[in-house]
Amino acid sequence: MTKKNLKLIYNNSLVGPCIFFALLFCIPLVGSTYTLAIFTMIGFYALVCIGLTMLTGYAGQISLGHAAFYGIGAYTSAYMTGTHGLSPWLAIIVGALISALVALLIGIPTFKLKGYYLALATLGFGIIVYTAFKELTQITGGSNGFFGIPSISLFGFEFVTDRSYFYLIWVFVFVALFIARNIIHSRIGRGLRSIEGSEIAADAVGVNLMKYKLQIFITSAIFTSISGSLLAHYVSFINPDLFTANTSIYLLIMVIIGGLSNIWGAIIGSATYVLLGELLKHYVPLILPNVGGEFEIVFFGLLLVLTLIYMPNGLVPQFEKVFSKFKKKGNATHMALTINTQATGGKTND
Amino acid sequence: METFSQMLQLLFSGLTIGAIYALIAVGFVIIYNVTGILNFAQGEFAMFGALISISLVKANLPLWLAIILSIAIVAGIGGIFERTAIHTARKSSMTTLIIITIGVSIAFRGIAILIWGTQAQTLPPFMDNTPIQFLDAVLLPQNLWAIGLSIIILIVMMYFFNYTFTGKSLTACVVNPFAARLMGINPNKMSLLAVVVSAAVGALAGTVIAPISGASYDMGMMLGIKAFVAAVVGGLTNAPAAIAGAFLIGIIEAFTEGLWSSGLKDVVSFSLLLLILFVKPEGLFAKASGKRV
Repeated sequence: MTKKNLKLIYNNSLVGPCIFFALLFCIPLVGSTYTLAIFTMIGFYALVCIGLTMLTGYAGQISLGHAAFYGIGAYTSAYMTGTHGLSPWLAIIVGALISALVALLIGIPTFKLKGYYLALATLGFGIIVYTAFKELTQITGGSNGFFGIPSISLFGFEFVTDRSYFYLIWVFVFVALFIARNIIHSRIGRGLRSIEGSEIAADAVGVNLMKYKLQIFITSAIFTSISGSLLAHYVSFINPDLFTANTSIYLLIMVIIGGLSNIWGAIIGSATYVLLGELLKHYVPLILPNVGGEFEIVFFGLLLVLTLIYMPNGLVPQFEKVFSKFKKKGNATHMALTINTQATGGKTND
Repeated sequence: METFSQMLQLLFSGLTIGAIYALIAVGFVIIYNVTGILNFAQGEFAMFGALISISLVKANLPLWLAIILSIAIVAGIGGIFERTAIHTARKSSMTTLIIITIGVSIAFRGIAILIWGTQAQTLPPFMDNTPIQFLDAVLLPQNLWAIGLSIIILIVMMYFFNYTFTGKSLTACVVNPFAARLMGINPNKMSLLAVVVSAAVGALAGTVIAPISGASYDMGMMLGIKAFVAAVVGGLTNAPAAIAGAFLIGIIEAFTEGLWSSGLKDVVSFSLLLLILFVKPEGLFAKASGKRV
């Protein structure tokens, strides 16, 4: 396929994402501190989910240990900046490198196997890392947590306010989205899509399964680690309970609810998760005064199952419908949203 | 003989917990082999088994009846789970099905919180629990119950799979689903049966462990994950191998806890899982078959 033909399939226009981010970046001008905090949290999750969507949606692999990469990023940043006073940016890079290396070490043996061994390996790995955070008290502060992580600064500007972190994280999300889109629109992306459709067929047409899966797993680990590092600087206090197996499962829920067929699902999913979580916190106690935060678990568990049974492509297709109507009215807005399912014919079922 | 009695003591607690893992692991293996699904909700069956039997005992039912009833109820829950979640989505990809079981396990845990709360509860032991002296080690009868019952159930299952028509049909689905279908075995029915049987066995595991370590809404997760590790370490495609793996994990955990540190118990068994996945993914005790590996 020539470059020109590819352009017919993939929408590489930056107009859509730019409009989205332009609108988003206006939020701090109008929103309260509470709104800002919520959108900042969505940003942290979105960064993780972009990587995870590529891994699950495009490479068809389940990871149950992404909280570990999240934690590795957070604790590396905390330790390097909090204990040793090194540059936060250096810490982010080191955290990402450690995560990438770990992903490589887990990926090589598990991707040799067919089936769902990554789910098992990452599950085990996640629990080992969680225990390490708890037991290595000298470095991590153990169950008490790690206090006093300094804020991050860039060219003399110190990020301290909610507003500055909001911009910081969403700039990262923007870049990650751009990188992810480029990967998906490349040969690698098509290869990965074919893996998700049928591994055997992909193998037969010459897709290097091992290499592609490994690359995408490492990319997602790096995104997750960076998000964790930034989170550590934002909240300035972390403890091991932020990075349990449940966190990994919640991340998976976000990705599924958003939709695996499109990278925008990551943002939609994390936004849905955070907003629904806030709504539940406000309204459940009014209706059922005896139940505490545990209600969330039931709710999201059921939501995950129902989404998978009745809306296996998540919320993304609903948004796509809205935007394609938008387009038909002669609006020139090319939302990147519409491209993927058209290009690949949607998710294939085995 | 101080150390000898300590070793014996640890060996016994290892065998007890291994027996529990074995029961849950067998459930995994059955579901995995019949349907291809890694069922992450397996441990929750044990949790339901334990908590339901506790509630029934509190409702003044005799213990044996409470246990039998709770196993039946959990088997029913298993059946509903298969029909509503697995069967409805059976045409989806395997990734989807596995994530569904994760969702169901979370929902089950949540339902347990709504019904029983977060407090741990206990079931009375099956018999008078005065410790027995055995070769310098002290044994609790409940531990013997756990080990004995597991062995009996495992033998019953062996018999079921090898000598009864239904069991053989299930085995046929495992060996070759396509040929089984040609022989007139309905794979949908077998999938239901597999889930019901493993739910019942899981529930039994839960009721057996409830008098030993108590029962709470979140007990299923760790039990399930450990049974998973056991099944993979032993061999996912083969029930006896998974059982051997379960006892091995139980004993290793007991010794790590007794001689080293209880915090590192999980690390040791998960490291073993990773090690096995890396060097011998078909499992320690299974014959290399190439099937699904």
